Amino acid sequence: MGKAWKFGHDVDTDVIIPARYLNRSEPEHLAAHCMEDADASFAQNVREGDIIVAGKNFGCGSSREHAPLAIKAAKVKAVIAESYGRIFFRNALNIGMPILECPEAVAGIDAGDEVDVDLQSGIISNLTKGTTYQARPFPPFMQELIKVGGLIPYVKEKNKNA
Amino acid sequence: MGMTISEKILAAHAGQEQVVPGEIINAKLDLVLANDVTGPVAIQEFAKLGVDKVFDPEKIALVADHFTPNKDIASAEQCKILRDFAKAQGIKFFWDTGTVGIEHCLLPEQGVVLPGDLIIGADSHTCTYGALGAFSTGVGSTDCAAGMATGEAWFRVPESIKFVFNGSQFQPWVSGKDLILYIIGKIGVDGARYKAMEFTGDGIRSLSMDNRLTMCNMAIEAGAKTGIIEPDEITLKYVQARAKKEYKVYKSDADASYENIYEFNSAEIPLQIAFPHLPENTKSVDEASGIKIDQIVIGSCTNGRLEDLEVVAEILKGKKVHPEVRCLIFPGTQQIYLEALRRGWIEVMIEAGAAVSTPTCGPCLGGHMGILAKGERALSTTNRNFVGRMGHPQSEVYLCNPAVAAASALKGEIVHPREVVKNG
Ligand code: SF4
Repeated sequence: MGKAWKFGHDVDTDVIIPARYLNRSEPEHLAAHCMEDADASFAQNVREGDIIVAGKNFGCGSSREHAPLAIKAAKVKAVIAESYGRIFFRNALNIGMPILECPEAVAGIDAGDEVDVDLQSGIISNLTKGTTYQARPFPPFMQELIKVGGLIPYVKEKNKNA
Repeated sequence: MGMTISEKILAAHAGQEQVVPGEIINAKLDLVLANDVTGPVAIQEFAKLGVDKVFDPEKIALVADHFTPNKDIASAEQCKILRDFAKAQGIKFFWDTGTVGIEHCLLPEQGVVLPGDLIIGADSHTCTYGALGAFSTGVGSTDCAAGMATGEAWFRVPESIKFVFNGSQFQPWVSGKDLILYIIGKIGVDGARYKAMEFTGDGIRSLSMDNRLTMCNMAIEAGAKTGIIEPDEITLKYVQARAKKEYKVYKSDADASYENIYEFNSAEIPLQIAFPHLPENTKSVDEASGIKIDQIVIGSCTNGRLEDLEVVAEILKGKKVHPEVRCLIFPGTQQIYLEALRRGWIEVMIEAGAAVSTPTCGPCLGGHMGILAKGERALSTTNRNFVGRMGHPQSEVYLCNPAVAAASALKGEIVHPREVVKNG
């Protein structure tokens, strides 16, 4: 459970993690500047389990994997958006950052609402307003991939068991 | 409900009866591609997986085409990583200087990508193979590494958008390049973001394979996951002569659903020019005429095929490139180069004052073999005209088809081919 941080449409990868910080790639460094150009207070005030809620085309722009990494390092539990930039979508899941598409939830959640997400069922609950929304749940292999932390550990794990 | 060709290929490779747009599936791959830029990064990621061997050395293609012949020491080191890996893993489809061509010209030509295949490539123009009726898309190095290890990848099933070209008559000199630039001009560089662009209609069916490959090549320039064309007799004739393995033809059902359908009248589409710095900034050639050019680039995975060279030779024959223009011509593969040579086209080009190069990506990405200085302007048959794409950030790139490029080379400024060809 966490607090909702709300953003608009077309939040691009430069807003998520500005290029001026890409000379380093440690997670703490990326987390410290996450969303800086959209909301300078985000990095200080975000708490583990908080949720980013955004409009259309979240993560459009460059193919930098640093963008989902910064959000993951800020300990955000999930992103809920109307839609995503294609490469951001792949990159996020490949590094184990859960992202959900659910326009109804985006419309029904205001900044500061208490929100929880069940990744298994895809159910999004707005505890402040007492409403729930159904996002398409991830198939089991994708849940597993997110759980182990992304594609590389997932494949490694699978090979060990094979 | 019916399925599109894209949905059918994805369903078949995921072992499912049906897939719907938005669904995430895990699917088996027929081919994983990387080049000398993305391959070394993918090989490093592969090493982290704790796997010794690739899933199938006959289903991986490694193509050293971007900075070859080795441009400098750094690129020589990169290529060496690729070479060493190919050798150690016994990769069957590995091409290097002397046999190499630009990957998206080479793989269709060699019969390595075929109808019905599911392909990922660590190169954004991997979408080119949709022209054969394959589902083929560009990915990052992490996906590529995992694909090489497991032979699988996950996909979000894309919505499809249909582009119908009505009428098989086009204006003189209009090619697949003009059709795709026209579409991108209409829908914008994110107009098909994440979608499959399906090209159809009698206008498309009348196009040669070379022109279809050009169209699908630039689907990514509209943000698409892939461009795709249902196989027909023209496709089958092309693949039958080359196929290295079995293939399967999929077609869209009549009741398949599309997010959007665009209809165009083929005869109304004029020759296109994309102005700097985005492929969506299109105008007709007549609106661009008179713009002075310093360098002409003919080639790349978009327009480096035999028919492209044929039209260029036809226009250059017996004429001279404008003295203030540098005209660079890059055949897409060794086979295309050799065939053009045998047909006398290379001679025509050299006599006209063009520089003809061994196949390489070279100037297309501002890599080597023809970089632009500050303030210089190029007219190019490639696919991207982003800021600094061919050299200095203050240089400019305009995009066009091979006929316009060749005609403009003669005049030193952008012109319609009718200006230099009798009865054109
Ligand atoms: S020719 Fe240009 S666009 Fe095509 S693969 Fe090479 S660098 Fe990329």
